[in-house]
Amino acid sequence: MSEHADLNTVQQPEHPAEHPGYGTFIKVWVALLILTAGLVGMSHVSQTYAVWGLLTMTPLKAGLVFYFFMHLKYEGPLLKIVILVTLGTLLIFFALLFSDVAFH
Amino acid sequence: MTTHAATPQPSYLVDTGSRKGLLAWLTSTDHKRVGVLYLVSMLSFFFVGVGIGFVMRLVQLTPFQHLITARTYNALFTVHGVIMIFLFVIPGLPAVFGNFFLPILIGAKDVAFPRLNLASWYFFMIGATLAVLSLFTGGGAPDTGWTFYAPFSLKTGTNVSLAVFGAFVLGFSSMLTGINFITTIHRLRAPGMKWFRMPLMCWALYSTSWIQLLATPILAITLVLVILERFFGIGIFDPAKGGDPLLYQHLFWIYSHPAVYIMILPAMGAITEIIPTFAKRTIFGYKAIAFSSMAIAGVGSLVWAHHMFTSGMSNLATMIFSLLTMIVAVPSAIKVFNWVATLYKGSIDFQPPLLFALTFIFLFAIGGLTGVMQGALAINVHIHDTYFIVGHFHYVMFGGTGFAFFAALLYWFPKMFGKMYSKKAIYAAWFPMFIGFNMLYFGMLILGMMGMPRRYFVHLPQFHTMHVVATVGSWFLVLGLLAFFGTLLYALFKGEKAEDNPWGGVTLEWTIPSPPPKENFDTIPTITHGPYHFEQESQ
Repeated sequence: MSEHADLNTVQQPEHPAEHPGYGTFIKVWVALLILTAGLVGMSHVSQTYAVWGLLTMTPLKAGLVFYFFMHLKYEGPLLKIVILVTLGTLLIFFALLFSDVAFH
Repeated sequence: MTTHAATPQPSYLVDTGSRKGLLAWLTSTDHKRVGVLYLVSMLSFFFVGVGIGFVMRLVQLTPFQHLITARTYNALFTVHGVIMIFLFVIPGLPAVFGNFFLPILIGAKDVAFPRLNLASWYFFMIGATLAVLSLFTGGGAPDTGWTFYAPFSLKTGTNVSLAVFGAFVLGFSSMLTGINFITTIHRLRAPGMKWFRMPLMCWALYSTSWIQLLATPILAITLVLVILERFFGIGIFDPAKGGDPLLYQHLFWIYSHPAVYIMILPAMGAITEIIPTFAKRTIFGYKAIAFSSMAIAGVGSLVWAHHMFTSGMSNLATMIFSLLTMIVAVPSAIKVFNWVATLYKGSIDFQPPLLFALTFIFLFAIGGLTGVMQGALAINVHIHDTYFIVGHFHYVMFGGTGFAFFAALLYWFPKMFGKMYSKKAIYAAWFPMFIGFNMLYFGMLILGMMGMPRRYFVHLPQFHTMHVVATVGSWFLVLGLLAFFGTLLYALFKGEKAEDNPWGGVTLEWTIPSPPPKENFDTIPTITHGPYHFEQESQ
């Protein structure tokens, strides 16, 4: 591997002090439990509610996991942009897919 | 700029470690060796695919059933598609030339993750083995076509599950290569190699890698769903259980249309390297070509449903996808115009790689224009599922990616192996290839316009003449291919030693010995100008 930019020697962002404590993890975990309970509850109301619950709460849950458990909150802007581009692509795929599914 | 040292490093072809011979190759993490491993394995699969295609053309030599049964014919076109698409055209240029040349082109000693790179090749071989095994195990070779459309793929008794699982594993190879290339380009460029100083092949590989990374997981999940559906009947795609077969088509093409750009973008990148070298002048419109690669990757990911215009999807969706399909032609045309503009008033040095590059432009233009025709809804309804489609995608994938692969192989062969081939023999091989190709696939375009449906193993008498023309064309084509690869094989063992820079190229690979040393550069070069800096041009 080339010396000038060896991945081992590249400066990684250092942020040990910013890492969340157990308190944050527990709060996020409780939030995830509440969202899951909400999701289960909505699925018992009707199919429409179940779909809307899936479309709104599941991304929210995934977002919390990304942001706190997978440390996205503490990453540099490049990685955040990459994730946003990926999510944006996914949203466009959904929108185009629904241009068929919602009308056929 | 030169990077030769007083004591030269051994070539990458020389075994210097404790392992020798085949074992040394199979365990090497050197990006060049991994590239050669891909080259050998993919060309082997390519010739199997060619053989199957040849037999299918023989079947069409008469209007009646002969040689094989209808079921075998179904299996043959499925296997031909799976081998050619998943084992040759998709990994083709990025896996071979991307692996071999990307680090060299950006002035690095290897890719970012060399072990992962070798693992990608193993994933490729495992996936390929599973796909080939599916032909001989279970209920026999899949008969669904390479698209594995539901609900037929859920019901057929043939060995779809194993073939689909093979494609799933192949997807991992593709994703890992994509991650490796993106990281390599971001982190391992030589000092001074800014983004707009990279050779355009790197831009093409970068765009391709993003598609590999973003689109392949969708196919992987879809294929897993097919397996789950076959084994557990979960009912996602099966209309009998409330599923939606159109959803399968959407999910399949969300990957598989961008996969066309995985196939063609690196091919365009290779052509963009070849043309300035033989025109002896800088590329016309560097940034336009770089951004058009990204635009093709972006817009090309949003046009998938043009494969489904007759499937019964909503009118709104057909109009949106028709419009998007027209738009994707724009960045493709930008590249073609820039290549032609580069040649204009250049000091043309007509050599075999340029001949094949020009052939690529001609054949790809036909493939591209017939693609735009199909983007129009009314025409699409008429020609859907006819030989026109078969002719069109062979112009794009074989005439485009295939001929670009041959051009790239001719261009970089002296660098990769340190041997020069007979140029006269290559010119002689080109002629039957070109004539045979156009007889075969232009014949298919005409047959399609006449109404010949694809995937029929017999045909009506009114289609017979063109079928004979196409089949004779396939003989010329195969003859040319044998002559082409025979010439290269001969050169590999008995060819004259190649010079370090036989074409007068100016990108970094031409500054190092042929074949390249183990670590590419003795000292990492410092880049001070763009990639196509021809001294005589600047004087």
